Amino acid sequence: MTARIEPVIGRYAHMEVAGVPHRIYFEEAGQGIPLLCLHTAGADARQFRHLLDDSEVTEHFRVVAFDMPWHGKSNPPDGFEARDYRLTTEGYTDLILAVVRGLDLDRPVLMGCSIGGRIVLNIAALHPDRFRALIGLEAAAFQQPWYDTAWLNRPDVHGGEVCAALVSGLISPTAPAARRHEILWHYRQGGPGVFQGDLHFYRVDGDLRPKLGRIDPARCPLYLLTGEYDPSCEPADSLETAARIPGAQVEIMPNLGHFPMAEDPDRFRRHLLPVLDEIRGAE
Amino acid sequence: MSPQSSPDERPDAQARAEAAAMRIPDLANADPDIQRRARWLTAEWLLGAGETQFHVTQREGRIEGFQRGPFLMRPWTFAIRADAPAWLEFWRPLPAPGFHDILALSKHGRLRIEGDLHPFMANLQVIKDIVTTPRARP
Repeated sequence: MTARIEPVIGRYAHMEVAGVPHRIYFEEAGQGIPLLCLHTAGADARQFRHLLDDSEVTEHFRVVAFDMPWHGKSNPPDGFEARDYRLTTEGYTDLILAVVRGLDLDRPVLMGCSIGGRIVLNIAALHPDRFRALIGLEAAAFQQPWYDTAWLNRPDVHGGEVCAALVSGLISPTAPAARRHEILWHYRQGGPGVFQGDLHFYRVDGDLRPKLGRIDPARCPLYLLTGEYDPSCEPADSLETAARIPGAQVEIMPNLGHFPMAEDPDRFRRHLLPVLDEIRGAE
Repeated sequence: MSPQSSPDERPDAQARAEAAAMRIPDLANADPDIQRRARWLTAEWLLGAGETQFHVTQREGRIEGFQRGPFLMRPWTFAIRADAPAWLEFWRPLPAPGFHDILALSKHGRLRIEGDLHPFMANLQVIKDIVTTPRARP
């Protein structure tokens, strides 16, 4: 065989989320400490393909990345056609806990990006004992909106094209062109209204500032890593969030934007590997 | 540097921003990738650089007119306006964070997008690419 086969395995898991049956697609690689990864709004777990194929990570961590329902290869639940998709803080938290339980992940490390980074803060406030450590990428408790999400889903504007065009400005100008266009390709493939429905959590339902006082990184370590070229979650947003959580660790990553694991994996791993080493060293 | 700060306020900023803006028609028309993707864009629009407005006539992607104002009773569909120092930073080979994207600039009020936004949003990526053409590749 001449092809290089990645050590990544993709499977489907049937589980109930808040009492509703779901078929969730997930990919995994490696062994050791479970590291559960959450993709950005309007995208899917392909954003973590470089991490899943990084032997320095998978030597010590079982990396698991799933497509949220409505995203990638995870179907919406039966009957989805009768309503608009809207992600909520409660629904997103239920989903994550269902995946942890369903896949029997023992106190995993949870790493989420963008909306995934935001929900990490909710997990930190409400469920710290179920996780070994929490990593928020491009995460803040609140961010100022920078466009009207009504443009994301209307019949006279191509939804995939406009979603991709909007997020193109969130990628560092230093990112390799191939990685940039791969991210944008994923955004062009999202279902109608899905990116907008994810952002309901971001914009309407998910201001987590009132919960920050409940977060205690001594119970579950919290790391925030934010790219300097992210105009959505700006470095100042993450720094402000971290300043309100004594014990949280925060790092601003030069020459990275809103999709660090996907836009420049080599640059990102230089920031992530020391964090993973520290988590492993605490065992 | 944050987008609120002013990266380049030297007195000739206005003239240099205008000179850079006036390169857009030739650069955009000579770029086959932009022309391929802009073919649905037929509109008259404004590019504002500080105190100066440029009226752009674009037909099926090709920029057929690029006139420096002021104008009397000239219609336009949408307008993209920023101050001259913001454009100069935007057109640097590697702009500072927040100056690298027109919507990032707009978030902090350094750039304004006005008028009928439908053709702007429906052609957003290629319009971003057209206004970025004066940026030298890093």
